[in-house]
Amino acid sequence: MRIRPVGAHALLLDCSDADQVEAWRAELWRRRKEGHLDAVEIIPAARTVLLDGLTDAAHTAALLGTWNPPPSTAATSTDTASASTTSTGSGGTGAVEVPVRYDGTDLPTVAGFWDVAVPTVVRRLIATEFRVAFCGFAPGFAYLTGLPAGLAVPRLPTPRPRVPAGSVALAGPYAGIYPTASPGGWLLVGHTDLPLFDVHADPPARLTPGTLVRLVPA
Amino acid sequence: MTGTRPAGPKSSDVPAAGRDVVAVLRAGMLTTVQDLGRPGWAHLGVPRSGALDPGALRLANRLVGNPESAAGLEITLTGCELRFRRATTVAITGADAPVHVGERPGDVGRPLAVPAGAAVRVGPPRTGLRSWLAVAGGIAVEPVLGSRATDTLSGLGPPPLHDGDRLPVGAPTGPPAPVDVTVTVPAPDEVRLALHLGPRADWFTPPALDLLFGTAYTLTPVSNRVGARLSGAPLPRAVSGELPSEGLVLGAVQVPADGQPLVFLADHPTTGGYPVVGVVVDVTPLAQARPGTTVRFYGPQRGSR
Repeated sequence: MRIRPVGAHALLLDCSDADQVEAWRAELWRRRKEGHLDAVEIIPAARTVLLDGLTDAAHTAALLGTWNPPPSTAATSTDTASASTTSTGSGGTGAVEVPVRYDGTDLPTVAGFWDVAVPTVVRRLIATEFRVAFCGFAPGFAYLTGLPAGLAVPRLPTPRPRVPAGSVALAGPYAGIYPTASPGGWLLVGHTDLPLFDVHADPPARLTPGTLVRLVPA
Repeated sequence: MTGTRPAGPKSSDVPAAGRDVVAVLRAGMLTTVQDLGRPGWAHLGVPRSGALDPGALRLANRLVGNPESAAGLEITLTGCELRFRRATTVAITGADAPVHVGERPGDVGRPLAVPAGAAVRVGPPRTGLRSWLAVAGGIAVEPVLGSRATDTLSGLGPPPLHDGDRLPVGAPTGPPAPVDVTVTVPAPDEVRLALHLGPRADWFTPPALDLLFGTAYTLTPVSNRVGARLSGAPLPRAVSGELPSEGLVLGAVQVPADGQPLVFLADHPTTGGYPVVGVVVDVTPLAQARPGTTVRFYGPQRGSR
């Protein structure tokens, strides 16, 4: 992990992989909860964790050098416990179950990239345990990791002007669900009626970083 | 301070007919409700939002006796016109704009008494771009995730004002500030911004950094609350390929594929996939920069050029 300065009040933790990101995210959220870190924002992303709103970034950078995150598997199981309290289904795996109707218009395209038949695409998505790597793009939009790297798919060359809310889609190594209608270039594999962002809920996003997710058949 | 007095009725307890409202006679090109934004939700993809010049909004709030965090209006370029049902106090800060209360001219930067039913008119600024208007009691639309700010990127918060809108106004919490000196600073034709390099300056060639610090950029008309888009010498990259998405801060200077820098402002996305060459220390001068304004960067690392 390498620490990069970001202006006067932020630090970027440059991690080696997504598992290290998740381990640091969990550790930094825990440290902040215990009062050892004054960051206003702790933002995990694909390969980095950003700390923003620090009163003394140099001091925090020095502190970070003395902290070691637990192995990422431990971090994940800690989060599983909290995620299970918001579980929607009867799965008992501790993962949030998102009921999905696999009727996306790009299923044949994904099948082509994966060199399998459409039902195999759906079976693989159902069988995958995903984890929210990070949120971005729009409030409540979660980037889900869990698919093997070899199954990464490209975005559409031209984004669609409007993707309906609840669309379940793939791009790069990620799966994602559009919380609200928006333009989008991800490949659509299905849709869900589960509300993903509600400003009156706590937390407002259903899928928060670290949460385990299963895309179960509706 | 109201802390030692018995608490008055909360705005939500007052029947709708008893609450003050402001009627929007003319919304102008872009007038939004803004406060100090909704920090703390970026990990869920929620932008910070809030006034582009928080200092100007805080000042306007102090002038009318509000807490600095109260919601006011951010008015862009073409001004706006409002009618207050009850007698109240307003203050306008930011750009040097003509202000009228009824037919009477008023000043920017001091409390203005508004008689019941009077119209307040904020005209197009002589220089600069944006004004902030605070009203005693604050704009009392429903907060979303702790803030009343309109986020033009995500759509959170109230929509931008339209002609004919009626906005609730809260109960005043303190007396207007006794102010008799007002200072408005003309917006300069050239904005100089201090820039810290990083986190991804190493994605650019050394000549790119010389261009960034050594040449003038021009603010383009596609700039908005999300970012100030600049045009000038394109910044050549040392590293090709895509950067995996990473978190963004206010003032981040992102360089997309075309090499033209973009300075992120209050409604910036929480993550982005283009390298950030540096971070501007204070973006508030950009709140007053009209398209065509010259923008120059200087770095603490390189001295002021």
